[in-house]
Amino acid sequence: MFDFLSNYNDPSFLGAFWTTVKLTVFSAVGSLILGTLLAAMRVSPVPLMRGFGAVYVNVVRNIPLTVIIVFTSLGLADIFRVTMGASGDVKLQAFRLALLGFVAYTAAFVCEALRSGINTVPVGQAEAARAIGLSFSQVLRIIVLPQAFRAVIGPLANVLIALTKNTTVAAAIGVAEAAYLMKGMIEKEAQTLLIGAIFAFGFVVLTLPTGLFLGWLSKRLAVKR
Amino acid sequence: MTEVSVVKDAVPAADDLVVLKSVNKHFGALHVLQDIDLTITRGEVVVVIGPSGSGKSTLCRTINRLESIDSGDILIDGKPLPAEGKALARLRADVGMVFQSFNLFAHKTVLENVMLGQLKVRKTDKKQAEEKARSLLDRVGVGTQADKYPAQLSGGQQQRVAIARALAMDPKVMLFDEPTSALDPEMINEVLEVMQQLARDGMTMVVVTHEMGFARSAANRVVFMADGRIVEEAVPDQFFSNPRSDRAKDFLSKILHH
Repeated sequence: MFDFLSNYNDPSFLGAFWTTVKLTVFSAVGSLILGTLLAAMRVSPVPLMRGFGAVYVNVVRNIPLTVIIVFTSLGLADIFRVTMGASGDVKLQAFRLALLGFVAYTAAFVCEALRSGINTVPVGQAEAARAIGLSFSQVLRIIVLPQAFRAVIGPLANVLIALTKNTTVAAAIGVAEAAYLMKGMIEKEAQTLLIGAIFAFGFVVLTLPTGLFLGWLSKRLAVKR
Repeated sequence: MTEVSVVKDAVPAADDLVVLKSVNKHFGALHVLQDIDLTITRGEVVVVIGPSGSGKSTLCRTINRLESIDSGDILIDGKPLPAEGKALARLRADVGMVFQSFNLFAHKTVLENVMLGQLKVRKTDKKQAEEKARSLLDRVGVGTQADKYPAQLSGGQQQRVAIARALAMDPKVMLFDEPTSALDPEMINEVLEVMQQLARDGMTMVVVTHEMGFARSAANRVVFMADGRIVEEAVPDQFFSNPRSDRAKDFLSKILHH
């Protein structure tokens, strides 16, 4: 019943999902970093930074992801010649462009999750930190953000699961991840329902443990007050 | 109500540690600090009392600029209080602060709470910082709790850790913003005893409190505030037995007779 899966080599079934995993992990790391910086901007005392953070989040999170991903290819690459250091390698270039798009997009959601986490940290924590002479960035790095992160592991798990599934949009610019392969199979094979079920199951295998693990972690690391 | 002119002790200027000169602050339309003049000399224990909403907590918080002021000057050890940035952070390290709600860092152990400022601000090496933290925790009587998290401690223990955390910075002056107001009655004394000991050791202290017993026994001077003004300043005996202003008489009659 599953014989047809082995007829595909470029990408292979596992190879396609491996690309999905790579897109997810790299985008998750990138968006966590960018999202944290954006959150720091949004709570910073400098009005210009606050303004930039707010504009970024409100612009980026309101653009459909497909538009962003297609823009990285048709806009950044074709018009502005941004090749992401892979001008000779079309596949690698598409992968990196998609990665850029996912990081830019997901960072907006990470930022907002984190900002709500910052709001759960009592003002007194930051005041006490300032009172012993920590600088603004030390207060944020040592006292506020660690507590904020622990408070939003649950919401961040949601963002990560959404990101995992969002990586399917990369198929639109030819990144050979799971959804790209699925589309190819559906065109060539008769077992459309089975193919749909297999790929759906593949994503559940990726996201379910993520959600369970982060749920456990969130309870374990919760800050007791 | 008759206003009584504020009487100040004559002190040598060289020993002035904290000086507030015509400090004003508004919260919106509320004029919460009105022309505050206050000088605290080295080694002095000043207790600030007054009805709630009188501005005493705000006064305390302006001294390390957790609250900004609208006009006037604040000098710490002869230097004006910087508005922001590194200079302000440096100054805050020299001014210890103890809060009503303890504000221990909830994600760090008791020991880490007391070590943090030494490591990150004073750049003390880790071993030395830990030694000092442990000896301070012993001094305030919570040495055995060093590896616990703040939420596992009673309020009184948390507040004593908070005092140790402030002391770890070797502050020139300690500010106490209603340190016992959030405590269960049976825990108030353990905190007050630590403060009494500090006062005896010669620490300069500004204490906002409702603990009249502490004011009587530990204060060199009582500052009575009402409606954003310093209404009366006197040595404790004189203030409690013979207050000069009607406002203070009224306040004392409400809190001392029941």
